[in-house]
Parts: sequence; C-alpha cells; structure tokens
Amino acid sequence: MDSLLKLDNCTIRFGGLTAVASLSMEVRKRELVGLIGPNGAGKTTVFNMVTGVYRPTEGDVLLAGERLNGLKPYAITGKGIARTFQNIRLFNSLTVFDNVRAAFNLHLKHGPRHALLRGKAFLKEESDIESRTIELLKIFNLDRLSESMCKSLPYGDQRRLEIVRALATQPKLLLLDEPAAGMTPTEKSNLMRLIEFVQETFDISVLLVEHDMRVVMGICKRIYVLDHGVRIAEGAPGEIRRHPKVIEAYLGEEPGEGVRGEK
Amino acid sequence: MSRGPLSLIVALFVCLAVSLFGENFIASNFAYYYDILITIGINVILATSLNLVNGYTGQFSLGHAGFMAIGAYASGSWSNNIDPIIFGYLGGSTSPLATNVCLFVSVLFAGVLAAIAGFAVGVPSLRLKGDYLAIVTLGFGEIIRVAILNTDFLGASRGLSVVGSYTNLFWTYGSVVLCIYVVLSLVHSTYGRGFLTVRDDEVAAEAMGINTTKYKVSAFVVGSFFAGIAGALYAHFKAFITPEGFNFFRSVDVVVIVILGGMGSTVGVTVAAVLLTILPEALRALAHTQFVPPAYQGLLENRLILYSLLLIILMLTRPQGLFGDRFASKRRFIRSRGD
Repeated sequence: MDSLLKLDNCTIRFGGLTAVASLSMEVRKRELVGLIGPNGAGKTTVFNMVTGVYRPTEGDVLLAGERLNGLKPYAITGKGIARTFQNIRLFNSLTVFDNVRAAFNLHLKHGPRHALLRGKAFLKEESDIESRTIELLKIFNLDRLSESMCKSLPYGDQRRLEIVRALATQPKLLLLDEPAAGMTPTEKSNLMRLIEFVQETFDISVLLVEHDMRVVMGICKRIYVLDHGVRIAEGAPGEIRRHPKVIEAYLGEEPGEGVRGEK
Repeated sequence: MSRGPLSLIVALFVCLAVSLFGENFIASNFAYYYDILITIGINVILATSLNLVNGYTGQFSLGHAGFMAIGAYASGSWSNNIDPIIFGYLGGSTSPLATNVCLFVSVLFAGVLAAIAGFAVGVPSLRLKGDYLAIVTLGFGEIIRVAILNTDFLGASRGLSVVGSYTNLFWTYGSVVLCIYVVLSLVHSTYGRGFLTVRDDEVAAEAMGINTTKYKVSAFVVGSFFAGIAGALYAHFKAFITPEGFNFFRSVDVVVIVILGGMGSTVGVTVAAVLLTILPEALRALAHTQFVPPAYQGLLENRLILYSLLLIILMLTRPQGLFGDRFASKRRFIRSRGD
C-alpha cells in the first residue's frame, strides 16, 4: 500500500520541554490507524503538528511526498487533511446545514465578485453545494435536523456533525481527535461502526487519537503508542495489547515493585 | 437575470423616481424632514457596513468614524479642486448633469480611498482579537482625526468648506440600497458563510480550509469603502465639515446602532439606524406638544438623557438586539437560487 501521511523524525519543543521526540510514523492510503498513549503523551500535539497549528522544530511532515511544514492550517486542509476537535468546535450561530455548507468553501470556484453578480454559473454552483450538503447529511441521518441550530443538537449528533463537516472538505486523510470522549457504551459502538463506514464509503485514510482502548482496538488495523512524546510501540491491536512497554506505560512497572505489584 | 441584481436595479430606479419627482417638493416644503431623511440614509449606510465587520465577521471595530472622515475629506477636497474642471466641460455649476457627475466621481473617489485606508489599517490590526482590536481601531480613528486636525490644506481645526451641497435623495438612498445589497449578497452565499465561521470559531474555520485573515480583511475593506461613501455624502450634504464631526463618539453612535439592531442582522440594524436617528428628533418634538404637562417639558428637553435611558431599557429587555441573530441564519433568507 502507498504511504499517504508520513512523519519523518519530527520533534517539537516548547522552550525546554520536548513534547514530541523524533517521531516517525506513517498512515497509508485507505488505512485506519490509531494513535494512543496515556494522558500528556503528546497525541494532540502530533495532531496540531500535522494540521499546521504547530510547526515541527525538527523533521518533516509529508502528505503524499509533499512537505507540509510551515503551511497555515487552512492551506493544509486544502491539501487534503481534515480534522475534528477533542472539544467539539462547531459554528454555533449557524444551522446544521450551514455548518456543512461553510466547509464547501474550500473547493469553491466562485468568489465574492460572483456572489455580487449572481450569474448563472454562480447560482448553479450554489444549488450544487446545497444538494451535496443535503446528500452528505442524509448519509449520516442528519438531514431531518438540517434547519436546527447546531448547538441544540444532542452530544452524539454534534460529534457526528463535526465528522460530516470535515468530510465536506473532501479530505484524503481524516484526523479524529478523541471522538468517543464523553460517549455512552452504546454511542461508542455506533461511533466505531460509523468510523469504519466513513473510511470505506469515502475511501479515505483515518488517523484516530483515542483514549478508549475498546474503540481503538476494535477498529484500527495498526496502532502507534506514544508515551512522553516518544513512540514506544507500533503494530496490530493484538501485538500492542501484549507489548510490555505499553503495559508499563499504562499500568506501571511489572509486579514486584511498589504498590501496583500487589494486584 | 437572477433575482438579486434585478431587485437592486428596481430599487435604484425607485430611488431615482422618488428623487426626480419628490426631491424639490420635500426639500422646499419640509426642509427639516428632508434633513432627517438624508441623515437616516447616511446612518443606515454606516451601520449596515459596520455590521459586516462587527456583526457578521465578529471583529469589533471602533474606528468607523475615521474611515468616514477619510471619505468626507477626500471627496470634499477632491470636489473643491476637480469640480471646476468638470464644470468647464459639462455646462457649469448649475447643470444637473454636471453636479451629479461631480458627486458620483467624488463619492467613488472617497470610497476607494477609504477602502485603501481600511486595507492598510486592517492588515496589521486584524491579528488582534476582541478588546485589543477595538482599542487599536479606536486608535487609528483618532490618528486620522488628529492628522486632519493638523493638515492645513484640509482646513485643520477651522474645518473645510465643500463646494456645493449636491447630495440628494437618489445618491443617498442609491448608496443605501447598494450597501445593503452588497452586504446581503456577500453574506448569503457559500463564500459568505465564511464571514460567520470566522465570528463563531476561528480555529475551526481554519481547520475547514477557510483563510480567516483574508475574510477579516475583506470585511474591513468593504466596511471602510461604504463608510467612506457615507462620509462623502455627508460632506456634500452639510457642505462644511470639521474634524470634530468624526470623533470617537461618532464611531460609538454607529456601534450602538449595530448592537441595538442585533449583531449580524441587516434588517435589525437598518431599523435601528432609522429609529435611533428619528428618536432624538421625535423627543424634541414631543417636548412641545400639549400632551406633555408644562412641568415635565423641562425633563423632555433634556432629551439626550431620555435617549440614553431608552437605550439602557432596550438593552436590558432585548440584549440580542431588536431582531437578534435569528434572521441571519434562517435558510429562507440565504437561499440563493435564482429564477
């Protein structure tokens, strides 16, 4: 399989603190990859580095061979990386419909000049976007809510809407930042099915940052484990589960020393 | 032709017709009301254009009077120097053709100059957010005023007499219609949803591929363009302008209209501009009617106190503004499909 996203020896330092230390990882085309690690391991920092919020101190971020270092977040989205946020960030004064419609901005052919003149081609594009938005909302069963304000949606729907909005930018790679946070077990199972569905239907790669082991182990084909900014393991879910370093990072050291040993 | 531009042209023709047939009648028989009518128009332009910046894009600017000043002085000194030349070609200062051409050219010049100033101010200052942006724009507004105050060929503190008061109902309300049309058709498109996303969440907007800086600067440039036009109309209406007419309080007046009308609601802001222009005048008239007992007339004559009190009451009862935000996001207003 071809490589899509590649991190090549990336390091991020904030002053004296090394948040991510020479991390190399890759996401291949049509692959569902997980990124896990205990609190403060640097998962979200990796996300912010890939999406252009932070610039890597050292190393390169490559998307299909193209360097992304130093590009602004909107430009990186333009290259084909879309993301969701750990704490939901929808456009709260807009309707569900408009939240998704706004994301179509990226591939808009017509600019402000056309918006003023309202020519035939402009109106056609607008109604195209309108029907594509509805279509997208329909896939996720959100079309019946398209006129509601997004802040009035239940939590799970808001999470799904964020994914829909990200998909409207037509990404090659979708980054999901803790999508299962705050969900009930049933919602989590639905989310797992949803992520697999999205990956297959839209034929994209997904990089998933998640705390919940069940979710990550359940859907990811390959998992990277971070601890204190260092990659400590990589492999299939089964290998990760048995990996001594992973167990150590999550549960502490092997029995025999300290309080945990008594368990 | 699609519905949008068609309604613009129809509205412009209505303005023209009213101006052609009613202008002289109103101006000569109801001079006082004519004055209020033009002032309303100018205030609507100022408020709806500021609403694009403060309301739709969420960038709190306190410098609108500065751009109005640039427009007023630009068109004033342009007219003083260039109009005589145009008159030479178009049959003298009494020909309606000549005065209208002069007004059009100087208003356009004023708008463009103010837009350039808006760009120059916007690019560095729009990196800032919230209170900081408000203070920086306030500062720029004051810089413009003080600069004019110290520029001799603009009359400095003596003020500037402007050749001819050519502003009429057509040009005023034509500009009103154009301004409202531009703001509405920009905002009510997929492109224009970008302004609202910048207001709601800049980080999320960037993550959706929206160049927030570009949107902020665009809103600022369009806003200053129309502020410049309002300034030019004002200069050619009063025929005499002083730097004090464009001080901080002028900016605050416009901001009050925008907040009162409801940030991000063009309908609300337009209504608020009309109401708040009429209100002080209506209170003046009310003080001298028989309905008010003589004992209270003194109170009503302090109409500015009453005016402020009404503002406070309005803000307490309708903090979201007269029309709130609801109209802005309903899809029936946004629907851009033509015929």
